Amino acid sequence: MTNSIPELETDSRCILIMGSNTSEGHPLIASRIVKAKERGARVIVIDPRDIQIARLADMYIPFRPGADVAVLNGLMNVIISEGLEDKEFIAARTEAYAEMKAVVEKYTPERVQEISGVPADMLREAARLYARNKPAAIVYAMGITQHTTGVDNVKSIANLAMLTGNLGIAGAGVNPLRGQNNVQGACDMGGLPNVYPGYQAVTSPDAQKKFQDAWGGTADTVVGLTVMEMVNGVGDGTLRALYVMGENPMVADPDLHHARHCLEKAEFLVVQDIFLTETAQLAHVVLPGGAFVEKDGTFTGTDRRVQRVRKVVNPPGNAMADWEITCRLAQRLGAGGFDFASPKEVMEEIARLTPSYGGISYERLEELGFLHWPCPAADHPGTPYLHKGKFSRGQGQFHAVEFKEPAESPDQDYPLTLTTGRLMFHFHTGSMTRRSEKLHQEVPEAYVEIHPDDAARISFKRGQRVRVHSRRGQIELDVRVTKRIKPGVVFIPFHFAEAAANVLTHAAIDPTAKIPEYKVCAVKMETIGVKEAKSQGPS
Amino acid sequence: MEYQNTLTTCIYCGCGCSMYVETIDGRITGVWPDKTNQISGGRLCIKGWNVTGFVGHPDRLKNPLLRKEGKLVEVTWDEALSQVAEKLSGIKRESGADSIGLMTSAKCTNEENYLMNKFARAVLGTNNIDHCARL
Repeated sequence: MTNSIPELETDSRCILIMGSNTSEGHPLIASRIVKAKERGARVIVIDPRDIQIARLADMYIPFRPGADVAVLNGLMNVIISEGLEDKEFIAARTEAYAEMKAVVEKYTPERVQEISGVPADMLREAARLYARNKPAAIVYAMGITQHTTGVDNVKSIANLAMLTGNLGIAGAGVNPLRGQNNVQGACDMGGLPNVYPGYQAVTSPDAQKKFQDAWGGTADTVVGLTVMEMVNGVGDGTLRALYVMGENPMVADPDLHHARHCLEKAEFLVVQDIFLTETAQLAHVVLPGGAFVEKDGTFTGTDRRVQRVRKVVNPPGNAMADWEITCRLAQRLGAGGFDFASPKEVMEEIARLTPSYGGISYERLEELGFLHWPCPAADHPGTPYLHKGKFSRGQGQFHAVEFKEPAESPDQDYPLTLTTGRLMFHFHTGSMTRRSEKLHQEVPEAYVEIHPDDAARISFKRGQRVRVHSRRGQIELDVRVTKRIKPGVVFIPFHFAEAAANVLTHAAIDPTAKIPEYKVCAVKMETIGVKEAKSQGPS
Repeated sequence: MEYQNTLTTCIYCGCGCSMYVETIDGRITGVWPDKTNQISGGRLCIKGWNVTGFVGHPDRLKNPLLRKEGKLVEVTWDEALSQVAEKLSGIKRESGADSIGLMTSAKCTNEENYLMNKFARAVLGTNNIDHCARL
């Protein structure tokens, strides 16, 4: 997030939510938006599903999955044609405006209606609402990013925020809600193939030298492989060993039959986890890690907020905190620089080598409770919102982005669009929530949401189950008939390994971000008999 | 009887809610919201209230496992780590560090992710490290 969560409640005059099922995915951020609404902020929700937070919105705008760029360009088209753009901000702080404008001019509300299904007048009204209520925050999640045009979608969101001068001020900004407790931190800490901690590029000889000197050795200046490329790599033999810590690609990856086929071929697969996950079952060595209450450390939340994690109990049996496992393994391989007595000492090394964490220490976190990075020095108060006065790259760059269709659109054989997502009661691949009795009870098994029109089309009768097919595979599951979803679109939560939505999803990826298109693929559906026995989850 | 409340941060989504985990004699007995947290402000969602629900589950892995004759069997840390060290260094020697890949974890701490990044780059010598940010 460019801005911090409390600003939504205290400063934002408009909140535009697109591709985030906020009340289910991020319930306590949704509660801040509810408070903002009570204060008088305007709320716009743009989503293919009539999600819970849409009920409190001033405007709910349904649209065809995958038409994000068209809708965003349409909003900008209206803002420019009605003179609502922030001319001063554009002139002083941005570049490449003319190129962006030339593309956006082609996306008239009428054309956008044709592409996306959003009525032209509704688009106009939303554009005015967003542009006239400053500061305005854009809040989004994987509904924006999990597309073959994920990068285009994000660039379009940045365009919209810059066009209206909604960056560098409290309550505004471009605010991705990150799905995992520490996905921000994993990125910050160099858990990416292209950067060292603090986003120092591996392709930079200076960065390489810095870490070479600090660590006594490091990798070359060539960008490494992404998750999807690694899974494919073990499949085709170019990768001989894969070490997986606390991840479950056997449920999380798109096109699971392909993922299984690849992982089964791994010459040497190590999985470090707290449960024998679907991925761990394929491993050659399984290392028992520690749960979050069994270790000290820090997590970085979605608004760059670094907070402490504290050890409460010991890991069960001979299981061990993950930081300790990595240190022992490194020492086993003869490496120096892994003789840390505690995570506190690790944070001291992080602060020395990561400029944005330079002023973060356990002592300060103990005193203050949290710090937002960038926090470059021990006397720096942290940075709740970014880009004040100046962007980190200097001028804010507009991008001219054309709409592109998703990789797989519905057709005669597969007439429905599948979109996937989360439920309030479950988390990701379900390895934790489905083993939590109370959460498991809430939604014990998978289902597909379909519109009454589509239910009628397949002669669905209450109590029946359906089989959903895509070109990759098929799953059987229960049905919920609901008008929350548009006709022609179906939704399946991806938490359930035994009816895994990702058996169906398409492995097509964004060319830059390499993110799979989980949010759009083509499926067909047929009814099958009434379920005989209740299917069993891991709990 | 020893009663304790330990302030920590939630493991589920990226909101960053904090909570007190209550223990009696070293056993987890409850979860309480933290009023001072700027996001949760004394409240929690249903996942937050049940955040420790899986911690003591009987399925928890308690020992390292090694595949022997097709089956995963419990072994000591010494045997498991030797096996991993031997295999990784062998593969690195034969095919280079870039024939090894690592997935680090958005569920683990900053310190653990930092160490995995250091392990991949400084010990093995590869940039093949990523995690589920895209998934």
